[in-house]
Amino acid sequence: MNAVTSVAPAKFDVNEIRKDFPILSRLVHNKPLVFLDSAASAQKPRAVIDAMSFAFENEYANVHRGAYYLSETATTNYEAAREKVRTFINASSVNEIVFTKGATDAINLVAASYGRLALKPGDEIMLTALEHHSNIVPWQLIRDQTGAEIKVVPINADGSVSVDAFARTIGPKTKIVAVAHVSNVLGTILPIEAIVEMAHKVGAKVLVDGCQGIVHEKVDVQALGCDFYAFSGHKLYGPNGIGVLWARAELLDAMPPYQGGGEMISTVTFKQSTWAEAPAKFEAGTPPIVPALGLGAAIDYLNRIDRVGAIAHEHDLLHYAMQQLPTVPGLKLVGTAQNKASVQSFTMDGAHPHDLATVLDRSGVAVRAGHHCAQPLMEALGVTATARASFGIYNTRAEVDALVAALHKARAVLL
Amino acid sequence: MTAPDDVKNDDLKSLYQEIILDHGRNPRNARIVEHHTCNVKGNNPLCGDRITVTARLSAGQVIEDIAAEGKGCAISIASASLMTEALKGVSTETAQKLFVAVQKLCKGEVDVAAAQAMVPSALSEQIEKLASLSGVKQFPVRVKCATLPWHAMMSCLAGRNDATTEGVSEGN
Repeated sequence: MNAVTSVAPAKFDVNEIRKDFPILSRLVHNKPLVFLDSAASAQKPRAVIDAMSFAFENEYANVHRGAYYLSETATTNYEAAREKVRTFINASSVNEIVFTKGATDAINLVAASYGRLALKPGDEIMLTALEHHSNIVPWQLIRDQTGAEIKVVPINADGSVSVDAFARTIGPKTKIVAVAHVSNVLGTILPIEAIVEMAHKVGAKVLVDGCQGIVHEKVDVQALGCDFYAFSGHKLYGPNGIGVLWARAELLDAMPPYQGGGEMISTVTFKQSTWAEAPAKFEAGTPPIVPALGLGAAIDYLNRIDRVGAIAHEHDLLHYAMQQLPTVPGLKLVGTAQNKASVQSFTMDGAHPHDLATVLDRSGVAVRAGHHCAQPLMEALGVTATARASFGIYNTRAEVDALVAALHKARAVLL
Repeated sequence: MTAPDDVKNDDLKSLYQEIILDHGRNPRNARIVEHHTCNVKGNNPLCGDRITVTARLSAGQVIEDIAAEGKGCAISIASASLMTEALKGVSTETAQKLFVAVQKLCKGEVDVAAAQAMVPSALSEQIEKLASLSGVKQFPVRVKCATLPWHAMMSCLAGRNDATTEGVSEGN
């Protein structure tokens, strides 16, 4: 009777999933919302919204401080969320999970702390041409402080990054390799294991920007073999204001604090202070407590559904979109690598992406338009901007059809 | 070409009027002014749009020639094109007045008649054409598209060499 029974999740059914996301039933401009911008920020399931409301209404206090019931409860819940993250990415220890404001904060932490520790003048930081600004600018800041240099691995015309190109760029001076797991613009899935193998051969550490990767792939940081993995909660159906840096314990132990404040200390005197152990060492100040619980709830939610089915569903949407979008005259797909997640950029002859997005919006269709915080990539692709449709677990083939129909209408308005 | 019924949306029609689409597709004065006396790269960091405005001013601060070229959406390119048509032969002082009038039109703060009252009467016809930009007032995020070339122009006339829409509040 007490035996633990593990119940296999019900087979993935997008119509059931959609019921879990309250916002999907609203209208925009009197049209059903067709939300195709999850790569910027995903919508939230009821489970996340409720968990956060419950915490605020019933179990809120500051963490790691008070010797009273609510503070203990909040601390227990906050640390339980850390354990949920650990399991979700298969980290070997909960002490390797640092809560941050988001992925940008996590990458800045590594650049400022590990970068300062590891980089000398002439050392090299290796990036790819498809990185998000948040995986470029923090490295430029530490480059300028340390005298290191940045090397950029070019991409192929289809948006893929070949292992050969990495091999040509990496060398004995390479100390840090910072790459996206999945491109936020092109959807390209990068060959992380192969990159890690090459980097480790020359003694470089690998940071993976997992903002999109954590959403579209089952991530096992130990299997990936990287040294740092950063992601945000809000693209993973959780709230914003919370992110995660996973790093190997020995690296976190060696790294100096990134910010000073409460929570991260062991003892403080005006002469000298000593630091707490990781992860507390990197969590100065009151952390985003309820957002962390919201992220935990998002992970619980993803664990409850048929995740393998969900990922297969996203791939089906991507392939359907890659088939259907080119039927619109003048439309060109941007990013057609073999190994892709459900993010698809495109352009239309004679129509700027911003004008497209404005017209699509009036049909209830939300897409992103612009440079997607990847201006160097736009330059490499020879465009100033693209439109981007990104598909989450709750999108449907009917919504791809709605996008295509809206694009036809946009042509009628704009051309 | 007639749009299907469900996109006969008045807001969209007023945003993408024929004159805007025409100037967006075939911008006038999309070039660099020869022997220009000022040169500004206008930049909207939110979308990556870039417009270079060049002008040649006479000793008496009259705009002898002005041009704008770059990459951008239909709204920003059309706005740049209409702007260059309106400003040729105009004094820098009048250009400043026109800038304020266009800003107010784009924000929906004035109608055509009120905008005309803000500038010398010789520019009344230009205001009528520029009023085609006022469709953006229903699309707050697009106001900056319409005003980008104008900010670049103002920087250009002031002798600066860059302009950005970032940090500039266009209101709603």
